[in-house]
Amino acid sequence: MKPALLSQLRRPLALVALVVFVGIFPVVIAPNDTYNTIAVFTLIGAIAVVGWNIFSGYTGYISLGHSVFYGFGAYTFGLASLHWHIPGGWEPFLFLPLAGLVAGAFAFPLGWIALRTRRHTFIVISIAWVFIFQLLAYNMRGITGGSSGVLMPLTPWVAPYANLPFYYIAFAMLLVAVFVSWWIRHSKFGLGLLAIRDDEDRALGLGVKTASFKLTAYVLSAFFVGMAGAIFSYYIGSVYPELGFNPAVDITIAIMGFLGGLGTVAGPLVGALFVTPFQQWLGLQFGGQGLDLVIYGALFLAILLLLPRGIVPSLQDWWRTWRTARQARLADRARAARQEQPAVLAERRGDG
Amino acid sequence: MSLLEVQAVSKAFGGIQALSNCSITVEQGTITGLIGPNGSGKTTLFNVITGYEKVDAGTVRLHGQSIINATPDKVFSLGIGRTFQLTRVFPRLTVLENMHIAARRERMKALFSRWSSTLEQQQALELLDFVKLFPYKDAPAGNLSYGQKKLLEFALILVAQPQLILLDEPAGGVNPTMVNQLADLIGTLNEQKNITFLVVEHNMEFVMGLCDTVNVLHRGSTIAEGTPAMVRKNPAVLDAYLGA
Repeated sequence: MKPALLSQLRRPLALVALVVFVGIFPVVIAPNDTYNTIAVFTLIGAIAVVGWNIFSGYTGYISLGHSVFYGFGAYTFGLASLHWHIPGGWEPFLFLPLAGLVAGAFAFPLGWIALRTRRHTFIVISIAWVFIFQLLAYNMRGITGGSSGVLMPLTPWVAPYANLPFYYIAFAMLLVAVFVSWWIRHSKFGLGLLAIRDDEDRALGLGVKTASFKLTAYVLSAFFVGMAGAIFSYYIGSVYPELGFNPAVDITIAIMGFLGGLGTVAGPLVGALFVTPFQQWLGLQFGGQGLDLVIYGALFLAILLLLPRGIVPSLQDWWRTWRTARQARLADRARAARQEQPAVLAERRGDG
Repeated sequence: MSLLEVQAVSKAFGGIQALSNCSITVEQGTITGLIGPNGSGKTTLFNVITGYEKVDAGTVRLHGQSIINATPDKVFSLGIGRTFQLTRVFPRLTVLENMHIAARRERMKALFSRWSSTLEQQQALELLDFVKLFPYKDAPAGNLSYGQKKLLEFALILVAQPQLILLDEPAGGVNPTMVNQLADLIGTLNEQKNITFLVVEHNMEFVMGLCDTVNVLHRGSTIAEGTPAMVRKNPAVLDAYLGA
């Protein structure tokens, strides 16, 4: 009974340990501004990619245009704080759900249009959104402030603690996003999305309402990406067209998703954990010459070629193969033991 | 009233008339065969019935009600399941997960409930046992052999308890032992669960042994209908096949 209980508790315990580790990381393990900054970016990236994965990972429709929702979230957050005269500090964080909702509201018509297409056409349309809205953000100066953008409220927090509010808010949002993603993966809805990924027409023929399933997933994923964009701009201090509607963000999200493993709950987290610190380091080393983006593109290519399924699914496969092989070995040994036994018995009988 | 009535259906793809004035009737509780040379319109007819293609003219009725403009998910929920000529299961989902896709849920439950309920799980496992795929329940469906995929595709439709199943070449590319197994399955389901079948098949032995009635399609129209013995002797059928 006891070992069974222990193995049942192993996963929850590991999860609790992980949450505690991330929880104390910026104060106990790395109380250092440089590390904390990278950690905040990592968490924000993780929220975005977990959200993106709810749509692109589960349905297999690769969106390279989710940065529009990043932008909608960021602008909503900035404009709401600006027009309602909210001072910097904790209060603006209350606008995060609003930023997500506005991004989700925009996702409705955008998804409705884009999801009439599939595969490559869908990818191209998703990219088009970014440029359309970037251009609009430049030109609708009355609302967006044009190329100078919108300034976020100034935070009152100072040096050693300035990162911590962002860190913990982002961490809390990430927990929510992961929970939603996990829930979907284990729901009837999620099974429908995965069926769409494998064979959409067949799924439709088995009663899966593919159109509404895809749109729902698109809107949900936009919600989380929108919140990620909002907290990112608040952290950076402003939002302007190139930052809000930024194709590099799309590439980053896609790299994180592909590297970690599309369509898994843990994959995007693993991807964000690897990619964001690496990206920050690249930016520091090669940012001046713009080489970081070149290396970045090369990395994307390498991942697609070498690890198309991502780290998590590959590891799961190795683990499964190893376990099956081990079980087979054990079974062989047991069989061998059983075959020896009769011989022993016969000997004994002979003795008696 | 017949279960399924296809009346005077026409469908063209560009200049090619895939179906022209095609009519067939499927009676409740029968196993009806649909044969014809390659390109005679059998698969197009299936696509029309199941809502994958819109017709140019004609009607399709299920229990006397028109289903001509219904989408594939609607047709499925009305009780018509189908398999495809090139077997289509969900390769990256496990066999058991495949078995849950067609399970029906009430509106909101479709979004918020777990992917499998105890009852669904039990039903899925029973069906897997029925088609002898139980040992593979946790394997990705893509790892099954071709014949096993056919069995899975067949089983996953049964989850929704359809009244009518359209089978597109169930015996195509399957080894002889499994062909017999499939014929047995179809016979059992027809007798015990009163499921009606419409079967497209090139394997004549299979069709003649299994079906109560056979329809013959040639260049998009029905040229003969009757018991297997009658059809076999029909000169028009011989002409169509031998190309006279």
